[in-house]
Amino acid sequence: MKWSGMFEARNLHALDFGPYNFTLHPGECLVVTGPSGSGKSVLLRALADLNDSEGEVILDNSPRRSMSGPDWRKKVRYLAAEPGWWAETPAGHFHDAGWLSENLALLGLEQTLAERSVSLLSTGERQRMALLRALEDSPTVLLADEPTAALDEEATAKAEKLLRDFTTRGGILVFVTHSIKQAKAFGNKHLKLERPAERGNAA
Amino acid sequence: MNYVSLDIFDLAVAALLILINGAISVLFSLGIARSLFIAAIRMSVQLAAVGFVLRYVFSQSTLWLIGLIAIAMVLIAGREVMSRQKYRFAGFWGYGIGVTALFAAGFTTLLFAMLIVINPDPWYEPRYLLPILGMILGNILTAVALGLNTLLTTARREQRAIEAQLALGYSWSQASNPIVRDALLTAMMPIINAMAASGIVALPGMMTGQILAGIAPVEAVKYQIVIMFLIAGATALGALIAVLIANRRLCDDRQRLRLDRISAKD
Repeated sequence: MKWSGMFEARNLHALDFGPYNFTLHPGECLVVTGPSGSGKSVLLRALADLNDSEGEVILDNSPRRSMSGPDWRKKVRYLAAEPGWWAETPAGHFHDAGWLSENLALLGLEQTLAERSVSLLSTGERQRMALLRALEDSPTVLLADEPTAALDEEATAKAEKLLRDFTTRGGILVFVTHSIKQAKAFGNKHLKLERPAERGNAA
Repeated sequence: MNYVSLDIFDLAVAALLILINGAISVLFSLGIARSLFIAAIRMSVQLAAVGFVLRYVFSQSTLWLIGLIAIAMVLIAGREVMSRQKYRFAGFWGYGIGVTALFAAGFTTLLFAMLIVINPDPWYEPRYLLPILGMILGNILTAVALGLNTLLTTARREQRAIEAQLALGYSWSQASNPIVRDALLTAMMPIINAMAASGIVALPGMMTGQILAGIAPVEAVKYQIVIMFLIAGATALGALIAVLIANRRLCDDRQRLRLDRISAKD
């Protein structure tokens, strides 16, 4: 029997990093750890096809090249460590105002925050808004780059609950973290990255 | 036409005014007396050279010679576009985008002006063609440089916002829409301002020149209005071509932002 719905990286290289190889089934979580400069964000961006990379990334037996970049990224969703904003208010970044207001409370966010100027939100508030934004319209895979780095303990617990619900529903999670506790609690699989060896080509 | 012809003595007298600048430099020890002197000499020599070139070209009136000069003007304007940008594309594109826009917009507008609006005999009469091309190119140059500069600078500044949209599955044309609009607006502002201020704040140079040469003011005004419309159309077309090509070049076939293709001016 052939497995369906898997997310696979085969011999993936990006910039100086790689090769990366892994296979994730629906509902699984891959935790990525490693020091700064070990290519964690590069890996996530390559998986989302936001960076140029070699090798293959496959979702549900379809290689990324079989669909357009935007179509791929609708399914394989990258959440940056420092998310960007293009509209004035957080609400302006969502398609469905009803969905947003239902989910704000799950992360301990006031309803009024959605209509405030993005620049007036705290770092932690923005990070939670970005997490919601990435989960809206249900991606198949979520690539989250330190999604709780700016959150206090209580907010972290709420965000983790949201991420766990995502995998329980069959979502695949790839998740960069510096917290050993979080890595142990979350990962079905663990990818530990190291800085690439000094290769002597400073260019 | 009746106008007062200037002789060499008149020029020398006018040159005396430059001594005011020199005196200020000496008085406040600005140290610009030397470069001032050189600039004054350059201006005189360059303009004299242009005068003799134009005299020769006007006496020839052959299409290929005029075409050659027109192409040279476009290429030089292309270099100027490139040198005015803070960031530019690496390799051929850094120069190619500006030149393409100048060629396409410049010659389209020029042919429209010569064949349909002014229609002299022959249609490429250099006394009309070259000054009009010069004015058109000068303005496209500014618009294209402003447009490209805005597009590339904003793309770098807004990298996170653009990539946040791409990461959510937005297409490149959606994600880049704000920077494209910004670039086009910035490129078209100067000509809109110039049209609005014409005749109130400033008498346009060409009109002034024609009036000095003895043309009836109303005739000169008619020419100036035509020129303004030509410039407005040319700048809009040039900016559009340059910004759209550049915006296409900012992304690749996977609709990703490719900032690695642009570099800062050394």
